[in-house]
Formats: sequence, C-alpha cells, structure tokens
Amino acid sequence: MSHAVANTDNWEAVKAACLEFLPEHIIRYIEQNAKTTHSESQLIAILHMVQSHFGYLGKDQMHSVAQLAQIPFAKVTGVATFYHYFRLQPRGKHIINVCLGTACYVKGADKLAARLMDQLGIQFGETTKDKLFSLESTRCLGTCGLAPVIMVDDQIYGPVSPAEASLILEKYLKKNKGHKTAEASKG
Amino acid sequence: MSNPVTEFYKALTEKVEQSLAARGEADKIVIQVGSATCENAAGAVDVMDEFLKHIQSSGREDIVIHRTGCTGRCSKEPIVGVAVPGKMPVKYERVNRDVVHRIFTNHVQKGLPQAEQILDGSIDPDQQIEFLFCEGKRCGVGAKLNFREVFQRKLQEAGVAADKVRITSASCFGACQGRSGAHAHVLVRPFRALYRVTSESDLEELIQKQVLKGEEVPALKVTDKPIYQEFFDLYGDVSFFNRQSRVAMRNSGILDPDSLDEYIKFDGFKALATSLSKHDPDWVINEVLKARLRGRGGGGFLTGKKWQMASQQAEKTRYIICNGDEGDPGAFMDRGMLESDPFSILEGMMIGAFAIGACKGFYYIRAEYPLAIKRVQNAIEKCREVGILGDNVMGSGWSFDLEIRLGAGAFVCGEETALIRSIEGKRGQPKVRPPYPVVRGLWGKPTSINNVETFANIAPIINYGGDWFASIGTEASGGTKVFALAGKVKHTGLVEVPLGTSLRKVVFDIGGGVQDDLPLKAVQTGGPAGGFLPAKWIDMEVDFDPLAKAGSIMGSGGMIVLSEEDCMVDISKFYLTFTQEESCGKCTPCREGTTRMLEILEKITSGKGEMNDLDRLERLAKLCQQTSLCGLGRAAPNPILSSLKHFREEYVEHIVDKSCKAKKCVALIKYEIDAETCIGCTVCARNCPVECITGTRKEAHVIDQNRCVKCGQCFEVCRFDAIERV
Ligand SMILES: Cc1cc2nc3c(=O)[nH]c(=O)nc-3n(C[C@H](O)[C@H](O)[C@H](O)COP(=O)(O)O)c2cc1C
Ligand code: SF4
Ligand code: SF4
Ligand code: SF4
Ligand code: FES
Ligand code: FES
Repeated sequence: MSHAVANTDNWEAVKAACLEFLPEHIIRYIEQNAKTTHSESQLIAILHMVQSHFGYLGKDQMHSVAQLAQIPFAKVTGVATFYHYFRLQPRGKHIINVCLGTACYVKGADKLAARLMDQLGIQFGETTKDKLFSLESTRCLGTCGLAPVIMVDDQIYGPVSPAEASLILEKYLKKNKGHKTAEASKG
Repeated sequence: MSNPVTEFYKALTEKVEQSLAARGEADKIVIQVGSATCENAAGAVDVMDEFLKHIQSSGREDIVIHRTGCTGRCSKEPIVGVAVPGKMPVKYERVNRDVVHRIFTNHVQKGLPQAEQILDGSIDPDQQIEFLFCEGKRCGVGAKLNFREVFQRKLQEAGVAADKVRITSASCFGACQGRSGAHAHVLVRPFRALYRVTSESDLEELIQKQVLKGEEVPALKVTDKPIYQEFFDLYGDVSFFNRQSRVAMRNSGILDPDSLDEYIKFDGFKALATSLSKHDPDWVINEVLKARLRGRGGGGFLTGKKWQMASQQAEKTRYIICNGDEGDPGAFMDRGMLESDPFSILEGMMIGAFAIGACKGFYYIRAEYPLAIKRVQNAIEKCREVGILGDNVMGSGWSFDLEIRLGAGAFVCGEETALIRSIEGKRGQPKVRPPYPVVRGLWGKPTSINNVETFANIAPIINYGGDWFASIGTEASGGTKVFALAGKVKHTGLVEVPLGTSLRKVVFDIGGGVQDDLPLKAVQTGGPAGGFLPAKWIDMEVDFDPLAKAGSIMGSGGMIVLSEEDCMVDISKFYLTFTQEESCGKCTPCREGTTRMLEILEKITSGKGEMNDLDRLERLAKLCQQTSLCGLGRAAPNPILSSLKHFREEYVEHIVDKSCKAKKCVALIKYEIDAETCIGCTVCARNCPVECITGTRKEAHVIDQNRCVKCGQCFEVCRFDAIERV
C-alpha cells in the first residue's frame, strides 16, 4: 500500500497532503495541540477522534497523524494495536457488542453470544458479508445490574434472552430493508 | 478578619440560594426521574419524555420534573419518584410509557398512588407516617429499653391503627456523629424530622404530637443535618436502601448531576472552601489520616499517607490523577458515582491537589463510559465558569486545572504505572516499582493516583471530621465501601455499607438473597484478581484485611453472587480467559503462565483432564504469583488458587467422573428428550440450529447426539419440560 503523505518539511505541503485523509477539524486539533507542552501525550485522544469519524483507524489516517503530530509511524501503530478499543479494519453499519463481563457471563452471556453468532453467521471481530453488522465483545459496560446486556451502536439492551436477541436483530434488519440482508436474515 | 475564600464561598452560596428559590419548587409536586447509563438503558429517556408531554397537556404549573443520577437499584429501573408536598414520597419501579400514564392520571392528578408499581412494594399508600429506628452500632448502647418495641406497644395503647404508622429499621443516619449512647435516633417521614429519644416519655411525646397531631417535637429534634438524611428522607422506606450508609454516594439519586447549583445546595465545595481558607495542606492530610481512609481502587493504601509522601517531595511540579478506568468486568460503582455526582469527585480531587501541592490534574476515564465523560466535562466547565477551577481558585491565590484523558480498552491501564504511560500517550505497559508514582510519576514528577470512590469520600471527611469517618468503619479501615452487587442475587445494584459489615447483610438483607432461592454457593469479590468466599463464610466481615486473609481481595468492590447453578471451574476459567487476554505481554511469567494455566483449565472443562494437572496448575499459579512484574500477573492466579482451596472436589469431579454438577461445562453434558413426557409439539426441532432433532408431530422426538452442538436452545424452548440436561 502506498502512502501518499509527502515526506517533506514543508508544513503547508504536509497539511495539504493530509487533508486528503483526515477531516479538517482533526488537523486543526493536532495543529493547535502541537504548541502545548507534552503534545505527544495527545496521541490517544487524536486516535479516538479519527476512529469516531471513520469507525476505524486506516493506514493512511495513521500515517497522516504521524506526520502532523511528528510522532514516528511505528509508535502510532504501536499504540493503535496495543489498545483493544481501536479497530484497524472497517466495520459494519451496526456494531453489536456482547458484554462478556463477569455479571453478564454468570447470567448466560455465552448463550447469547452463541445465538448471535449463529444468526449472523460470523464470529467475534467479524463483519457480515453485506456489511450490515459487526459482532464484537466487550468487558462490562457498567450496566451489570441489567445483565446480560448487549449494545447495538450506542443503545444498551438488557436483560436480553437469546430469543430477545433475535428480536432485536430483526428490528435492525427491518430498519435497513433496502440493504441486502441475505447473510443475516437466517432464523 | 475577612478571608477571601470564605467571602467567595459565601457569595457563591447566596447566589445559588437565589437562583434555586427562583425555581420555586418548594411547594410543587416533584416528579423525579433517574438518568444514567443503566437508567437510560432501561428506558428512562422515554419515561422523562412521556412525563413532559403529560405535564404540558395538563396545563398545570405546579408540577416539575427533577432529573437525578442513579440510586444504584439497577434491576428495578427505570425508577420514578413522586413527591407531593406533605405526603410520603413514593417511588415506582420499572416504569414505562403506560405506567407513566397511570402514575400521572391517578397519583399526580388525583392523589391516588399506584400500589402495584411501588418499588419493592415498600410502602402501603394508606400509611401516612413512617418511623425509621436506627439499628446502627452506636445507637442504644447501654440503653435499658428496646425503643422500637416500646414504641410499638405504646402506639397500640394509644389506640393508633396499626396500618396508619409504619415502623422500620435502618442503618446509621450519621446523627450520632460517631458517638455511642443510650439513645435512639428516629427519622420520621414524610416530615423530614430526625429525633433523638432517650426515654419512654420521649416516645410518648412523639406519639402524642407527631403521630396524632402531625406536630413536630422541637425539644427532641437533632438540629444539625446529618450526612445521609436527605437520602433517607427520599428512600428510607425501601429495605434495599435503608440498610445502607451513604457517604460516597450521598448525592446519587438525589441531585441533578449536571447542576452545580444543586451540588452547592447540599454543601458542595464547602469542604474545598474550608481547606483553602486554612491555607494549610497539612491540616487536610491530617484529617484524611485520622479518617483512616484506605484507597478504594483495590490496594487499600492509606490515602493520607500517599498524599503526605507526595507533599514531601523536593520537586515542586506535581500532579494528581483520578483513576476512573474501572477495569474489573463486573464492577460499576465508579461509573455510578461519576455519572450521578461528578462534582463531588471533582471536589475531592481538588482537595487532594491542594494537599499535595499539585498544579494540574487528570481524569483517566475508560472510553466505554461516554455518559460519565460527558458529565465530568460539564462539571469541569461549570466550575471554571464560576472560578472554582482555574487561576486563583475561589480567590485563594492557588491555581489548578483539570483535563480528561480517555482510556482505550486495556485493563492493565488501571495499574498506576501503566496508567501514567497511557496518559503520556504511550502503550500502557507497567513499570517496575519503586520508584512509586508519588516519587516519580507523570513525566517524571511526583504524582498521586487515587480512585474515584476514594475522592468521593474526601469532602465528607473534611466537613464532618476525620474522627467521624473513622468511627463508621473498623479499627483498621474507616468509612464505607460501595459494592457492585451482581450475579445470582435478587437485587442487583450498588450497595454502600460500613466497612466491617457482614457478607450476609449485603447479600441477604440488602440483596434479598439468591435468585430463585437457590442455595448460595460462593461470593466472589475483587474481580479477576480476587477469589471465592464459600457460602459457609457468609458471616465474615467485609474489610480489606479479612478478605485478604481469606484468599480473596477487596479489589474495587465487585461482588458476584454464585449459586448451585454455577461451576467453579468454569468461572475460574472465565477469569483466566480475561487476564490472559489482558496480559500486556511484557513479562514471561504472566504472559506464558496465564496461557498455560488457561490451557489446563480448558483441558479439564472439556473432560480431558488428569489428576496431575491440578499439581501443575498449582505450581504454575504460585510461579505467576511470585514472579510477575505487576499486579495483573501477580493476582491472576487468585481465582484458581482459591477455587482449588475451597472447591477442589469440583475439579476432581470434572477430571475423574467427567461430570459437571452445575451443568455448565458443555463438553460434559448432553441433552436428551424424555419420550414419556414429550408430546411431539415440534418446537424444539424447529429451533435447533443444526437440525439434529427428528420426530413427527404428536410423537416423541429424538436428538442425534453425534450432531448436537449442545447449544441448549431446545432445552430453553420446550414448554413441557421434556428435555433434560444430563
Ligand atoms: C491490573 C490492575 C488494574 C487496576 N485497575 C484499577 C482500576 O480500574 N481502578 C482503580 O482505581 N485502581 C485500579 N488499580 C489499582 C491502581 O494501580 C492504584 O492502586 C489505585 O488507582 C490507587 O488509588 P487508591 O489508592 O485510591 O486506591 C489496578 C491495579 C492493577 C494491578
Ligand atoms: S504481570 Fe502481566 S500485565 Fe503486568 S507487566 Fe507483566 S505481562 Fe504485563
Ligand atoms: S419441544 Fe418438548 S414437547 Fe415439544 S417436541 Fe420438543 S421435546 Fe417434545
Ligand atoms: S442442544 Fe442445541 S444442537 Fe443440541 S439438540 Fe438441542 S437445539 Fe439442537
Ligand atoms: S458484566 Fe456486563 S455490564 Fe457489567
Ligand atoms: S448509630 Fe444510630 S445514628 Fe449512627
């Protein structure tokens, strides 16, 4: 994969090249931040911004961040791969997060996960062929009182039985009727 | 002598009083709706919406909605409170749009509470008055009479109908100020009156005046306002709440977490003003030392000691960090406090910063808690606006500011040296200690890292005194602890009790006991770094040292109740899967040790275990415990070691009998259809994902054991109990 971000000292040229991969507000944020002490400590915050904009951290984006923030690319990827929250691959339109924290596990989250995998035909960390759903697991959403819980995008559901999980899936399928759903509509 | 800080605080409180008075809520009907991640997940946003619509269309102006944080009564959310002036406040559970309609038309409009929806069925709407007798350890010491019983008798003698007055017990109201005596403290709802009675005639007077005439008895009233009073006034009728002692969570479920005004109304920032006006960091440290406050993040190190060490460093650039990483998967008290009372965490942190002489502070909050982040951000901005944060804090000449840094889903970043690296923007791998962060922390400067709950306790310590705080807990540890009660317990949620409270009280009196009334098997504390407490230890005291001695840890306060339906080998495997995934890989004993131990556990739960696996497991566990670099690796074997100690026979059953009594380990169970019971409804066959159930309508069905993947779906869907798990 080629990285179009120019290797040059000319700041304006770097910025212009990065504009192709990053939205302006992130570039501005990095620029403003560069003037502060310990500016390198903002790397994680910057990656959070990139991920919330694109849904994942692409290679070109990380390259641009490295150039703009003047942090070695290897360090940027080092950080991006260390933290589980960061995704390096694009994900589906809806993210289904199954909580596998203790409270949820004790209340049967394993069965819930099995049902979702079965219905979607994917494992944790994968995305359905139609790009509608990605299945992920998380460790405790802090709503253990409602265990077992799942979170679809930002919405938390709980307590959820395997049967209710199917109903929730259906709800999202219905919302996306236009979307080709061959893979996900089984069951 | 005028002190600029005192002046500042006085002006601030006056302004707040005015702006709250302008709301004119005093004689209005208040509908209280919780708002927090858990409340919202349960549907609180819709509930709020629906109430607003009802109020609008009713055209009434004497009804207001008050948004609060969360009380911690998770399994019954959304919770709604309705307070009609002069009447008992009523709480409703599991409210949805329909229930809102019923509450509004019947209770709010017509004054008829909806009995069937009342939280825990705690009050009978006909009861007009409630007496809560303190059952704390300092009330009634050396008293010659049992106040509660005498009161009950006297009520009968006075001819008061039994269904008019409700009598309950509650834990310490804080009215004792930590002093024991032959008195009883009694809270009378809905009059918000707190009395101290010492004799039979006092009780008679209460009956004559308060019960029969609805008049207060000023001579017996306790005049200063104890810390938990507001909470009991609102929630005192519910047994889940009235056995708790709310210090860290004093405002959770009472005030609007986004309102600085409301926080100030409940003595907010008074403690900071007191500390700053004294210009004496050592005084603060000394109070915290007297309080015997131990860090609530897991280690239990004395907070006063930590601050003292930081304050004595030669280097003057110092930092303070609030650890809101809350990594224990199954603990949610820090989220609860950050979302429900963010100003109190901020105040505690500022007092700490002042004590150690820090110029800057950081909140480290996990990215999985977006609402907590939003509320803390709001708190920071509000405080900057009024001059509580920033240059010249409260006119004291001291400057301090705060910033939020987000975690990114790595459990190990809760460990303090890893957390520091993460704030520095690096991979969060731990470092060898010493040097400890108080000596060389963030960017090499002295840094104090404290947990969210630790900070939540600071303002009360300053306001009520270190001695008062110490008197609540045990000899070794002052104050209360918040537990996240979850698992197989009836009432899940956040529970705050004095340190030293028995496990029984938490699990049974407050938690309501084991779900479905199954026998209790064990209580797990401390999350993946903790251990199991077998059911026979139910009367043990919950405190740092007894828990450690019992082979578990306090940890951050996760408490998981396990019943006969839980398999200890399986749960140990669950925890190890977690630590193995979360091991940062820096040192071999942890990286390899957790992987090998997990392999052995997987072997055992899949029925391939051998007896000498247990010795290997124990050897590896000890090695990992002794030679790992950080707390993650050192504590990772705890669940294994403690389950081996208390539940060794379960391991042996898995290995020798190839059986899992709890029917949890998939490889050791199978599903069978009982031909006698099966009526041939075909439901199971239609639900089996691998289509391995055969049979025709109205005839007994059969499972093809070779193809069955043991998903248990048939077991769940059969309505005739014809499928057995064996
Ligand atoms: C693996 C690991 C994870 C930890 N996670 C947390 C956490 O999530 N929250 C926390 O406050 N402390 C956590 N700690 C403890 C911190 O290292 C530190 O002791 C604590 O934040 C100090 O605050 P305290 O003195 O107020 O308890 C963790 C420790 C280890 C070893
Ligand atoms: S003990 Fe585990 S988590 Fe801690 S430094 Fe070593 S490998 Fe990393
Ligand atoms: S669901 Fe139960 S009763 Fe119906 S066919 Fe299956 S085993 Fe028989
Ligand atoms: S346990 Fe699952 S796979 Fe086995 S028969 Fe039942 S439904 Fe089918
Ligand atoms: S364990 Fe699932 S929300 Fe906490
Ligand atoms: S022990 Fe009764 S009020 Fe404290």
